[in-house]
Amino acid sequence: MKLSGWGRYSPVDCRVLTPRAEAELAGYLQGEDPVIARGNGRAYGDPALNEAATISMRRLDRMISFDPATGVLVAQAGVLLADVISSVLPQGWFPLVTPGTRFVTLGGMAASDVHGKNHHVHGSFRASVLWLDLVEADGQTRRVSPEATPELFDQTLGGMGLTGLITRLAIQLTRVESGWIRQETIAAPNLKAAINAFEDNAGATYSVAWIDCLARGADLGRSLVMLGEHACLEDLPRTRRRRPFATGRKALRKVPFLFPGFVLNRWTVRAFNRLYYWKGRKATSELVDWESYFYPLDSILEWNRIYGRRGFVQFQCVFPLARSEAGLTQLLQQISEAGEGSFLAVLKRFGPQESAFSFPMEGYTLALDFPARPRSIALLKRLFPIVRDHGGRFYLAKDALLDAEMFFETDGRAPDFATMRTETGRKDVFSSRQSRRLGI
Amino acid sequence: MQLAARNTAGLADIKTDLELRYGVQVTTCELDVLQTGALEAFIDSLPELPITVVCAVGTMNDQEDNEQSLEAATLDMRSNFEAPALLLGLFANRFEARGRGTIVGISSVAGDRGRASNYVYGAAKAGFSAFLSGLRNRLASSDVHVLTVKPGFVATKMTEGLDLPEKLTAQPEELGEAIFTAVRKRRNVIYCRRIWWLIMLIIRSIPEGIFKKMSI
Ligand SMILES: Cc1cc2nc3c(=O)[nH]c(=O)nc-3n(C[C@H](O)[C@H](O)[C@H](O)COP(=O)(O)OP(=O)(O)OC[C@H]3O[C@@H](n4cnc5c(N)ncnc54)[C@H](O)[C@@H]3O)c2cc1C
Ligand SMILES: NC(=O)c1ccc[n+]([C@@H]2O[C@H](COP(=O)([O-])OP(=O)(O)OC[C@H]3O[C@@H](n4cnc5c(N)ncnc54)[C@H](OP(=O)(O)O)[C@@H]3O)[C@@H](O)[C@H]2O)c1
Repeated sequence: MKLSGWGRYSPVDCRVLTPRAEAELAGYLQGEDPVIARGNGRAYGDPALNEAATISMRRLDRMISFDPATGVLVAQAGVLLADVISSVLPQGWFPLVTPGTRFVTLGGMAASDVHGKNHHVHGSFRASVLWLDLVEADGQTRRVSPEATPELFDQTLGGMGLTGLITRLAIQLTRVESGWIRQETIAAPNLKAAINAFEDNAGATYSVAWIDCLARGADLGRSLVMLGEHACLEDLPRTRRRRPFATGRKALRKVPFLFPGFVLNRWTVRAFNRLYYWKGRKATSELVDWESYFYPLDSILEWNRIYGRRGFVQFQCVFPLARSEAGLTQLLQQISEAGEGSFLAVLKRFGPQESAFSFPMEGYTLALDFPARPRSIALLKRLFPIVRDHGGRFYLAKDALLDAEMFFETDGRAPDFATMRTETGRKDVFSSRQSRRLGI
Repeated sequence: MQLAARNTAGLADIKTDLELRYGVQVTTCELDVLQTGALEAFIDSLPELPITVVCAVGTMNDQEDNEQSLEAATLDMRSNFEAPALLLGLFANRFEARGRGTIVGISSVAGDRGRASNYVYGAAKAGFSAFLSGLRNRLASSDVHVLTVKPGFVATKMTEGLDLPEKLTAQPEELGEAIFTAVRKRRNVIYCRRIWWLIMLIIRSIPEGIFKKMSI
């Protein structure tokens, strides 16, 4: 079956196995071929692809228990975050950490150790994981937790499926009083102002900036910085207080056909950017429903098709705090000079995090996407050394293009991770197109 | 919600899952539809006569086995036609007496025309479709609604390992939603994905003299 990541870039034929009971998993590990787990395929590149055996975890998707008093959910790894939210939100609970789409599996969230707009306050997804069950290379299932098995926990959260198959997880949810978010928007005329806005608002629960990658010169890095807080009952208009979780169901629309690639040329992106910027400048403070706030793209199913047949590639890096401004400035200069527009460009401040293989570190992260045409790919490859030279690194859940050399140069943890994989025999059993490309 | 299956090992997990997701109460019971003598007792033993009954039972053997082994062919015929039809027939009588209810039978596009590649399964589904159509005709004047569901390809255990064309293959959730909408709108027959309606229209309209020489 032809499979690709969410970017639809460079699909390959994979043998897909779809277990419907956890007991089937051990059997898959006995063959000659290495395997890799696949969640809902929302990683952009190839971490969930393996020609010989890709194990779809989507049908291991039972919720096992939920305690509405403590907010602890136990569920199989294939459960979608979207389903978690629709089950628990009416009872006043919400995920502590969520990525920008809710169509991800809990297993995929753990394997990428995803971050949300609140990383600077709550950290990455691992902060909410109480334990998880992992099928290891020997076919045995082990319970992995930060207390009992700190090392394996650290390697598995962010380990991109390379330590084993996650079958179930216990996660701690966070209390909310409503399904609404109080959003405040700050227009920042350039990068320095955007960074200042983040630093001045370090206490905001959620913060993220939409950045205009095509702005140049004095406007370089102009952004809309968006802050958010879960609205409490008093924040809601009276009419909404009786049913604070009823935010209305949005119709999900599909992109009906593959847009021709030229629709997203630099002119349309520039126009879009201008419009968004001027519209946003007027906005100040407003109440936004949770779907529009956290998952603006989810209302258009299969929006990844707007990039046409060749697909698209993502780029996400993080710079250490001290070198963020310099690194970001150079990146943005390259991008705006090339005039290659990114439909989505997002800037975010990370709080401190030190882990075996997870992406976040304290500093600033920038995420961009580009149509997968040769010009854009050439540009991306020019961006890599800028990240390296400023002590930054790349997010593997977004990567499709790094080579092993650049990867090892940017991630000082790679040799240890690779050695661990070889010594434990995990490398022979769990492997993806990405892990082979990166030499880990 | 009441769940019945012959394999009860998995039912407890499904029950918990449904209760957590939808806040509904779920009961479970064991049912092997091939034990047709026990079907009446099964219905009587239910905590409550349901408002809607959905039958998703089916088996699909290798066509070659079905050609060579009477046992295999019998199993497909009984599991796809005889047993589901008898079961839904019993529900129909009770729904009619009560004066309302909805009956959903999952048949297949394979029942729309017999093809060399799976005509034993297809014939059983054809019988099931005809049975549901007759039931609907009989109950049209009562308030009992009969829905025939004709899936094309669905990515389930039944089709595991087959190389199905992506555009023609529904995910089980998609079929679930299509059935839910069709029940609400009181539709008679649905195809899922909808394109299968057109495909089967074309396949049905090919003259037999040509059709018999084709391999599709
Ligand atoms: C629109 C959009 C917005 C996004 N926003 C963010 C964001 O804000 N922050 C962020 O951090 N990420 C973000 N992402 C990336 C996404 O959250 C991650 O790629 C996530 O891992 C996808 O989960 P999935 O279930 O689709 O996993 P897949 O894409 O299928 O797999 C991703 C990785 O997880 C592994 N994996 C999956 N399931 C298991 C399992 N059961 N056991 C072991 N390993 C497993 C795979 O092997 C693979 O390495 C975004 C993606 C999209 C499409
Ligand atoms: N998948 C497709 O492409 C497709 C296409 C068209 C139509 N359909 C129809 O869709 C329906 C659902 O099938 P599916 O695709 O979901 O496949 P499935 O997972 O194999 O479901 C069939 C179910 O029928 C049950 N069953 C079989 N014999 C039974 C018996 N004697 N008593 C009780 N239960 C019995 C099976 O139980 P066990 O789990 O115990 O085996 C299984 O749960 C079937 O009628 C099938 O013919 C499927």
